[in-house]
Amino acid sequence: MNSYRANLAVVPAYNEQESVARVIDSLHEHAPDFDVLVVDDGSTDNTRDVARAAGATVVRHPFNLGIGGAVQSGFVYALENGYDRMVQVDADGQHCPDQISKLKDAMAEDRRLDMVCGSRFLTKEHGYPSPISRRTGIHIFAFMLSRIVGQRVSDPTSGFRLYNRRAIGLFAGDYPHDYPEVEAVLMVHHHRLRMTEVPVRMLQRDGGVSSIRSGKSVYYMIKVLFAIFIGLGRSRPVPEPGEDAPVAAAHGL
Amino acid sequence: MELRIQILAIVGSSALLFLVLELVRRKAFLERYALLWLLSAVVMLGLSIWKGVLETIAHAVGIAYPPNALFLVAFGFVLILLLHFSLAVSRLSDQSKVLAQRLALVEQRLGDTEAQLSRSRRRIQTTDELEAVDELESLAETRE
Repeated sequence: MNSYRANLAVVPAYNEQESVARVIDSLHEHAPDFDVLVVDDGSTDNTRDVARAAGATVVRHPFNLGIGGAVQSGFVYALENGYDRMVQVDADGQHCPDQISKLKDAMAEDRRLDMVCGSRFLTKEHGYPSPISRRTGIHIFAFMLSRIVGQRVSDPTSGFRLYNRRAIGLFAGDYPHDYPEVEAVLMVHHHRLRMTEVPVRMLQRDGGVSSIRSGKSVYYMIKVLFAIFIGLGRSRPVPEPGEDAPVAAAHGL
Repeated sequence: MELRIQILAIVGSSALLFLVLELVRRKAFLERYALLWLLSAVVMLGLSIWKGVLETIAHAVGIAYPPNALFLVAFGFVLILLLHFSLAVSRLSDQSKVLAQRLALVEQRLGDTEAQLSRSRRRIQTTDELEAVDELESLAETRE
């Protein structure tokens, strides 16, 4: 950490020894300007050693905290080491590092953006193969979130996101627990940060299991819906003076 | 209130009160968590001894059989205690999450620093060796 690096790629991993090395190699190849941090969320396999051998910095939790806690460690690391931008990339290989440049371009184009999300559903050509049940759930969330935040959110469960310093600071202090992506969109809205989506290509996961297992999907739906409704009752902090309120603020609640 | 049930209630709440006091005395649980238990035991004991108060309460809320009012009060305390513990558990798990994250980050930083330290140690060693060689050479030159 002697030389100043602006970009960090965070790879949360829980028992992903089969696929994490490939993701790191791919990051080194396609996003050479990003440092790679693997957050080993208390894995019981060799994830840490595999990731280290592949050339990533590894932060290892003493026990499993869940995806929210793992990503939050990434935010804290990015904040404390002074990174300007952070991208989250899943360790199971479903996010393609060659798509990171799309997120970066979007953020470079509009400097006021605090979060850029990769979306599977913005264009027809990027057909993402996923079971219809899960897709229905995602679309229900997408519909509700779009109404609440006042802008189109097509893929609220996508974890493939680029954050700037403001968003890193927000989420380092407070990031949702179990299924964080949907709630994170709400937090961005509540704290009057700006976000947008860009179309990206994603692959089927090629190792490990999704954090959304089919048996748990009902629990997931209920939990996130509950979080959304609770979120509606929270007051939104007033933007700091000097900053113009983002688009979403005009809609109020 | 019938005498038998009153005795049962007094014995029961006295036992609870005694148990709570004994546990605090043995430092088995913190005073902070004991206070709510203590309050419920004292109130239950008071209501079982002074049955007039219990009958007034039962009458006021429309409970025909006064001992049922005692159940109601006890149930209220149980609910509050459960809520209290849920709060405590939530706070603890949040704190342990932060601790685990801090530990992981500090461990990473420690490993980084140690690696850096051993690198610079090696460098110092090599420089020392080079200087020693230089010294020997200049010594040899002056001898000649």
